[in-house]
Amino acid sequence: MDLQIGTEEQEFRAEARDWLRRHVPARRLPSLETAAGFAAHRAWEQQLHADRWSVVSWPRRYGGRDATLLRWLLFEEEYYAAGAPGRVSQNGINLLAPTLFEHGTEEQRARILPDMASGTTVWAQAWSEPGAGSDLAALRSTATRTEGGWLLDGAKTWSSRAAFADRAFGLFRSTPVEQSGARHRGLTYLMFPLDAPGVTVRPIGRLDGKPAFAEIFLDGVLVPDRDVIGEAGQGWRAAMSTAGNERGLTLRSPGRFLAAADRLVELWRRLGDPGDTAMAERVADAVIGARAYQLSAFAAASGEGGPTGAASSLNKLHWSELDLTLHETALDLLGPEGELADVEEWSEGYVFALAGPVYGGTNEIQRDIVAERLLGLPKGRRG
Amino acid sequence: MRFLLDTEQRDFAASLAALLSAADVPAVARARAAGDDAPLRALWRRLGDAGAFALAVPEEFGGTGLLPVELALCCVELGRHGLPGPAAETFAASTLLAGTEQQALLPGVASGQLILSLAADGGYAADPDLADAVLCLGDERKAPLRQSLDPARRMGVPGDAIAVAPGPGSERATGLAALCTAALALGTGRHLLAATVGYTRTRTQFGVPIGSFQAVKHRLADVLLQLDFAEPLLYGAAVAVQDSAAGAAVDIAAAKAACGGAGYSAARAALQLHGAIGYTDEFDLSLWIRRARVLRNAWGSPSACRRTVLELRPAAEVRN
Repeated sequence: MDLQIGTEEQEFRAEARDWLRRHVPARRLPSLETAAGFAAHRAWEQQLHADRWSVVSWPRRYGGRDATLLRWLLFEEEYYAAGAPGRVSQNGINLLAPTLFEHGTEEQRARILPDMASGTTVWAQAWSEPGAGSDLAALRSTATRTEGGWLLDGAKTWSSRAAFADRAFGLFRSTPVEQSGARHRGLTYLMFPLDAPGVTVRPIGRLDGKPAFAEIFLDGVLVPDRDVIGEAGQGWRAAMSTAGNERGLTLRSPGRFLAAADRLVELWRRLGDPGDTAMAERVADAVIGARAYQLSAFAAASGEGGPTGAASSLNKLHWSELDLTLHETALDLLGPEGELADVEEWSEGYVFALAGPVYGGTNEIQRDIVAERLLGLPKGRRG
Repeated sequence: MRFLLDTEQRDFAASLAALLSAADVPAVARARAAGDDAPLRALWRRLGDAGAFALAVPEEFGGTGLLPVELALCCVELGRHGLPGPAAETFAASTLLAGTEQQALLPGVASGQLILSLAADGGYAADPDLADAVLCLGDERKAPLRQSLDPARRMGVPGDAIAVAPGPGSERATGLAALCTAALALGTGRHLLAATVGYTRTRTQFGVPIGSFQAVKHRLADVLLQLDFAEPLLYGAAVAVQDSAAGAAVDIAAAKAACGGAGYSAARAALQLHGAIGYTDEFDLSLWIRRARVLRNAWGSPSACRRTVLELRPAAEVRN
């Protein structure tokens, strides 16, 4: 058993560090949840892509570097340690792309991935509906067969990035439950443009007012067959693989928490009251939690890869609660400065972290999954 | 990088688990609590035969030389099965005897014939009444034997305890004792979780298994969460000791805080979810519940460990 990072990995890491040192903007970009910030972050994605740093874990032919999980983890550590901007493309590169690698066709990958890698197309996710949140299989938006494709109708909501994104992916009911026999059957996974005729996007202000997500109304939106992922009617399985990526390592890598823990320790050294042992313990706990996540990812990289299925639920509980702990502790340390949105990056990160225990399946649902599928406790009625 | 146990290591853990499962460890612990140490000494020798106590003894004295990863996984199994006695202290003290007048004890320690204990600087030695030799870090001192909250455990410093002067050796031994105690706590927590999952699947109230209630599920899911994210810290610390890494003291402290805390959370959940039966001495779960409490603070309370993490954590540029 060892934690040695080999020479080639060190070189890869050094190359990433060097590139980031030369390219990360000196001034923090405006929030990616604003129109100006979204554009600035898209430009940053283009810059990353130009030197092949936007999707390091992808195959070279789609703009990646064929990086192993370990190299990707090291890249992410360097990326966040360098204070590089948040990834406006994250829903595409971390959620849709792995689903296309697993369930998509070569035609879809060749058509979709290069533009995703360069930030030319930014993707939003369209899962939840007004009546289908934690209980996703209750969704009612429909895909109706038409010549050469499908007509989408219904409403999606809480769609992250949809206020400014170009395209979206989501799940639609293509066979009514009365015919399919089960709510998880008869669902089709589809991709659609957010500027297509029949699509109305209504941005929603998140807790700090920024339009970080949106409602999407669909009224007879025509989608060609080539934008179905996997088989029509079999969308649930592919959607669960997307959800696994959302809860697993790829969406929220250990690197971002290690960097935040480092900044938190700096803050503690600068502002902390040495006599405030309760605060010191909170800071230390955040450091320990970030290290635990890093080591658990190294174990995954040494073995079968990142957590999937129910194991990804455990992972999501860890990172979402760690993220909140880190930011809450920082705001408490900052005292009166903590609420000033323009002084420190912590306040923006805090608002972002607040959503963690909710999106990707609430943490209550994750605990149910962990208890039932990892511990083998009996299924019960939710609620 | 290969941050995973290999087949040989997993087989070693499985062989210890098989030995302990067949040994009726609860009866051994109850005998020890009642003043009969013979069953524990016999089990200690059998564990010695299986190679458990050679893991921190130098090769020239019949040991394997220090193998921190094996030590950690061995202690996880000892904790999982509720072994009483000063295992962490025996391992840590094994590293201190070479070159001293007591080095002749080492082959007996490696084979499980002899038991050691060790007192932290200013603290008590665990089970000195059971030990064939007791070492104490820091000044020579004496403390009368007293009963621990865990009936199978007694604490004190006998008058003939061998004082160990501060230095790299005593620092390393302190770290090892903390590492082993963290592993014992993790194993203790693993058993408590498994026993409680088993109980809540079969215990029915309101006509259904209580494990089907969300309040029960969520509490147990949180225990698994804590244990599963404590484990990589434990093995990370073991690897750091193995490599004499600069951050080893911080990694050990992080592991001890997380494993000690997780083991104790498992005990609280086990007690709560078993209800009144879990609060009885007679039900064997009590052996692990009481162990989890004392292991939480032995060789570094979570608070003390968190302080160490904060004070000694190397800066990012040094770590990478």
